[in-house]
Amino acid sequence: MTEEIIIAGFGGQGVLSMGKILAYSGIMQDKEVSWMPSYGPEMRGGTANVTVIVSDERVCSPILNAFDTAVILNQQSLDKFEDKVKPGGYLIYDPNGITHKPTRKDIHIYSIEGAQLASDMGNSKVFNMIILGAFLKVRPIIDNKNVEEGLRHSLPERAHKLIPLNMQAVQVGMDNIKAEN
Amino acid sequence: MAEITLQDIIQPENLVYEKSKLLTEKPFHYCPGCGHGTVHRIIAEVLEELGVDDRTIGVSPVGCAVMAYDYFDVDFVEAAHGRAPACATGIKRVWPDKVVFSYQGDGDLAAIGTCETIHTCNRGENITMIFVNNGIYGMTGGQMAPTTLVGMKTATTPYGRMPQWPDGTPNNGFPLQITQLLAQLPGTRYVTRQAVFSAAAVRNCKKAIKKAFQNQIENKNGVNFVEIVSNCNSNWKMSAVDANKWLQDNMLPVYPLGDLKDNFELIKK
Amino acid sequence: MGELKLMKGNEALAEAAIRCGADAYFGYPITPQSEVIEYLSEQNPYERTGMVVLQSSSPGVCLKQEGLAYIAGAEVPCVFADVVRGGPGLGTIQPSQADYFQNTKGGGNGDYRNIVLAPASVQEMADFVPLGFELAFKYRMAVCILSDGAIGQMMEKVVLPEQKARLTEEEIKAKYPWALTGRKRGTQHRVITSLDLDSARMEEHNRHLQRKYDEVTKNEVRYEMIDCDDAEYVFVAYGSSARIAQKSVQLGRAAGLKVGLLRPITLWPYPTQAIRNLIDKGVKGFLSVELSCGQMIEDVLLACNGRAKAEHFGRVGGIIHTPEEVLEAMKKQIIGE
Repeated sequence: MTEEIIIAGFGGQGVLSMGKILAYSGIMQDKEVSWMPSYGPEMRGGTANVTVIVSDERVCSPILNAFDTAVILNQQSLDKFEDKVKPGGYLIYDPNGITHKPTRKDIHIYSIEGAQLASDMGNSKVFNMIILGAFLKVRPIIDNKNVEEGLRHSLPERAHKLIPLNMQAVQVGMDNIKAEN
Repeated sequence: MAEITLQDIIQPENLVYEKSKLLTEKPFHYCPGCGHGTVHRIIAEVLEELGVDDRTIGVSPVGCAVMAYDYFDVDFVEAAHGRAPACATGIKRVWPDKVVFSYQGDGDLAAIGTCETIHTCNRGENITMIFVNNGIYGMTGGQMAPTTLVGMKTATTPYGRMPQWPDGTPNNGFPLQITQLLAQLPGTRYVTRQAVFSAAAVRNCKKAIKKAFQNQIENKNGVNFVEIVSNCNSNWKMSAVDANKWLQDNMLPVYPLGDLKDNFELIKK
Repeated sequence: MGELKLMKGNEALAEAAIRCGADAYFGYPITPQSEVIEYLSEQNPYERTGMVVLQSSSPGVCLKQEGLAYIAGAEVPCVFADVVRGGPGLGTIQPSQADYFQNTKGGGNGDYRNIVLAPASVQEMADFVPLGFELAFKYRMAVCILSDGAIGQMMEKVVLPEQKARLTEEEIKAKYPWALTGRKRGTQHRVITSLDLDSARMEEHNRHLQRKYDEVTKNEVRYEMIDCDDAEYVFVAYGSSARIAQKSVQLGRAAGLKVGLLRPITLWPYPTQAIRNLIDKGVKGFLSVELSCGQMIEDVLLACNGRAKAEHFGRVGGIIHTPEEVLEAMKKQIIGE
């Protein structure tokens, strides 16, 4: 099993930390992983993306041109990465702020109202965990208990009390993802 | 009465002065009358008196004193040009119990190494910095240094150092009073300017250098900085005696002697 | 087995430096390696091992070249890391491999060499620090860990080595009698210098250095071969480019091409003989894949010495080549349609 994933959105949406939690969860499930961010001089507000690879074998290139799954959180990222999903692959996006929807017919397209659901939960910071849950529903490559373990390793000790809330958000994502085609 | 021979005079009880044991047998390559030899001797005597020769590490510069390591019987590093204070910082941070000193001329400390000098002093490293200022590049044949006096002729200012052209546009700049500058930094503990042109000056200079090492041994922080205004009779193109006279008449008004800072307090004049 | 963690390459390098008992780190924050000094500052290694961390005024490996020449002449061991960004000058903060010449061919003055280790994973960022120190002290010379923005910034799982203590002064005196610790009374004082104005002695010193470098060349060449056993065409790539080319090998093999990868781990000494052995076994051509305009290709060409075709392919300016375009370049430039 090798799953090559791009997660892309605005800086500040928790793109990089979602990738990090996914990678850590992969380690907890005894997988090989890599996490490769795009980086730039801007600290906030610019576009941010991260390539995460979870595999049974040693990961070769951490930098890719084609992905099994794209997790898309803004329009610029959709414009940039829709074409880079492998035929038969998956595209998961949050419709919030999307003006031109994805159009490809040869891939599986799903939507998740992450921003809205996070707001309903009363905590905008769990947005990225909702998205992660949605992803794991479609691509069940990691067990929930290993996601919890991954959270424990990637969050600092003082934030461990927030793990139940985060796992709840993962569940909300899993319950609310919709197939679009 | 038997005639007194030389052998009769060379007796331990007649000894009034001897060379420091911390100076090697290697003859100095310095020009006769140059201040370096005297400053070396003072440092060796001070280290011997303080009994720290077995935990001292010196850092020599690039310039006339590049081979200072041949003359001192203590461990020595020869640093890249201008980098002696950075090198000394590294040694002292890794070996806080060692006695570490840098030894530099004005081209090394106040030109190519200004950055290292200022930052070492600003960090307040617990080291002793010895700065021999003769207002000229000696080893390379007498070119202008940042400390060269206005009007002074050197190989690169053959008509005399002219800070600005007559129309006011910049030219050679002004003599850099780096010691005054360093005294302003909160990281310097002891800053003093000394000379070695006379026996009295040598005595004062030795007191200052001893204090600069004692401070390092007794404390945990603060640069102890000793400038020695010296001559370069070869490149000044004077006899050794004339050079010392010229130094007093011309160098000292620009670089006046005395303590500038003690125990982190500026000394008001 | 040591501790398993998910870390950035830069963090792994910093943690490994603490764990292998390094004395001191002198650095300057520059993208893409700022995490090294940030991590060290946060970890407070002074309390863990007594390791000193100091921000120096050396904004870049360019400025360190002066010191590296002195280190070579004075035969002082040290390990330095270059997480390469694009140049020349300020260039870009994105990854690059354009400092190959600078680190493998010199950069400072004089006839000298540095051992250059090229990590291709976060694990190797950690592993090459203790290896670097081992080689640096064995041969009394500088060892460069030549990485790039991609390896420095990416996260992978890494098994960290056990914490070792810094050497004590007594251990240093016993193991490294040349180290300055203060002259013991009644013994000869020691000097660390690169200067000797006596030409005969200086010539002998240079010969001595060259004999040492020959010894390093004989003993320390390291490389990895992937799918080279039956390969007709071989990618030569190090660091992040090797990771990408490994994927190109997979894509090529899937398309029925007999392609392999030679990954130099030491860039100096270079695995020249490994390339010659591949030619003996029937490899017809090599593609040197680098994030540069063609630097390592010169060493590949020297190794080939006209016996096999070799060309360069690489993106620059912070653009990273994709596995697909690397394979395409192999087909077009080396295999021929």
